[in-house]
Amino acid sequence: MVDIDKANQEATSRLLSAQPILVGMGLAKDVIPDMGERVLLHAGPPIDWANMSGPMRGAVMAACLYEGWAETPEEAQRIAEKGEVTFDPCHHHHAVGPMAGVTSPNMPVFIVENEDRGNKAFCSMNEGLGKVMRMGAFSPEVIEHLKWMRDVLYPNLHAGVKEAFNAQGGIDLKNIMAQALHMGDEMHNRNKAGTSLFFRAITPFLIEAAPNIGDLPDIFRFIDKNDHFFLNLAMAAAKASTEAAHGVEGSSLVTTMARNGTEMGIRISGLGDQWFTCEAALPDVLLFPGFTKDDVNRDIGDSAIMETLGIGGFALAAAPAIVQFIGGTPDDAAKYTFEMYEITMVENNTYTIPSLNFRGTPTGIDVIKVGETGITPVLDTGAAHKEPGKGQVGAGIVRMPAEAFNKAAAAFVDRYLEE
Amino acid sequence: MNERLQDLLKNGPKVINIGVEQFALDLKEQEVPTVQMDWRPPQVESDLLSKLKKLRKK
Repeated sequence: MVDIDKANQEATSRLLSAQPILVGMGLAKDVIPDMGERVLLHAGPPIDWANMSGPMRGAVMAACLYEGWAETPEEAQRIAEKGEVTFDPCHHHHAVGPMAGVTSPNMPVFIVENEDRGNKAFCSMNEGLGKVMRMGAFSPEVIEHLKWMRDVLYPNLHAGVKEAFNAQGGIDLKNIMAQALHMGDEMHNRNKAGTSLFFRAITPFLIEAAPNIGDLPDIFRFIDKNDHFFLNLAMAAAKASTEAAHGVEGSSLVTTMARNGTEMGIRISGLGDQWFTCEAALPDVLLFPGFTKDDVNRDIGDSAIMETLGIGGFALAAAPAIVQFIGGTPDDAAKYTFEMYEITMVENNTYTIPSLNFRGTPTGIDVIKVGETGITPVLDTGAAHKEPGKGQVGAGIVRMPAEAFNKAAAAFVDRYLEE
Repeated sequence: MNERLQDLLKNGPKVINIGVEQFALDLKEQEVPTVQMDWRPPQVESDLLSKLKKLRKK
């Protein structure tokens, strides 16, 4: 008979012991395992073109244009409709992607290794806010920007990361994340401190190793102007950490929580690779000027990996200033953190909240506790326009729908109660 | 005015909070004597809930 408590101790121990380090970069096709030539990875559980939401379709079209598989958005749509492109979740390839999460073969990705267990995770580079591919935009300037990231940003950053790896074994992301939480980030929608700390860590290596030193001012300005630059690194760190806790027989730990703009899905450590899905929620959003609630697409993105790790929305108490971006008051933010202790297994031993006397963040979502209490995880998230091509409309709070958790809890009962 | 009501207005309430703990924490912050009672409304999926409880006791 499986001892569920022991299984959960093992799974949370792996989660807490994870040591995510940025060890390299590469093109997706060269470094992400089993990534085919004409494959687009996307956020959330599996989905086909017919069921994709507007922003996911827009991002797919952007990727087809970027890869040169299509010359026009119309042609991009045609090849996607005809099934000439294969879609696969990032999560099936040890990868994650924010919002639409679309990652194409020639997109550069970060390689993060969990030194504790040796597993690797991957995530693309963050494009910035507004009209960007991950929010479903595909206009010529979006594609040009992606190409700048590949042709200018990537070769230099790649060299800098390599230099850091040779000099000191890489860049310790866990350390940056722990510090950033003490500086007002929660690492999902506020990565201002994380980005600044990463900037400090990488700059000397960039200067030492950049193949084109003349590119550096533009690169520094780009990173400086994009407070979310660190998000993708934090997501890869979270993926490397949570994946280490997956596959523990008898564990009710949620190891994946992701949305594709149509459905949200979760996976459980002790239930193999099966997804439990339901319709994705509609986020409660503080809108950018010019948009209305009717513009908001259903919840989208693999960035829920931050809450799966035990930060993001779970660490809102550490990030009072975030309410200027997502709405509400600092007290509301703290209340979400308190609530999440009800459905988690442990308090984090590294990620801590200064204003709560350095209490560890609520870590390790227990699908049994979610089923018992009816309390579901809270995320703070970006929100995309529901039509392709429009981009981001705001940011806010979203409560994960109970249905997927109840399905997973029922499957867990079926699997483990009768033994 | 009723004596008990006068007492309430003069000395403030003593509260038993049932359910969401945050209400009790807010009152405690304002130094209101408060007792918290852990209670949740029954789940809709009662069959699942009873099975989860059994699983917990295993």
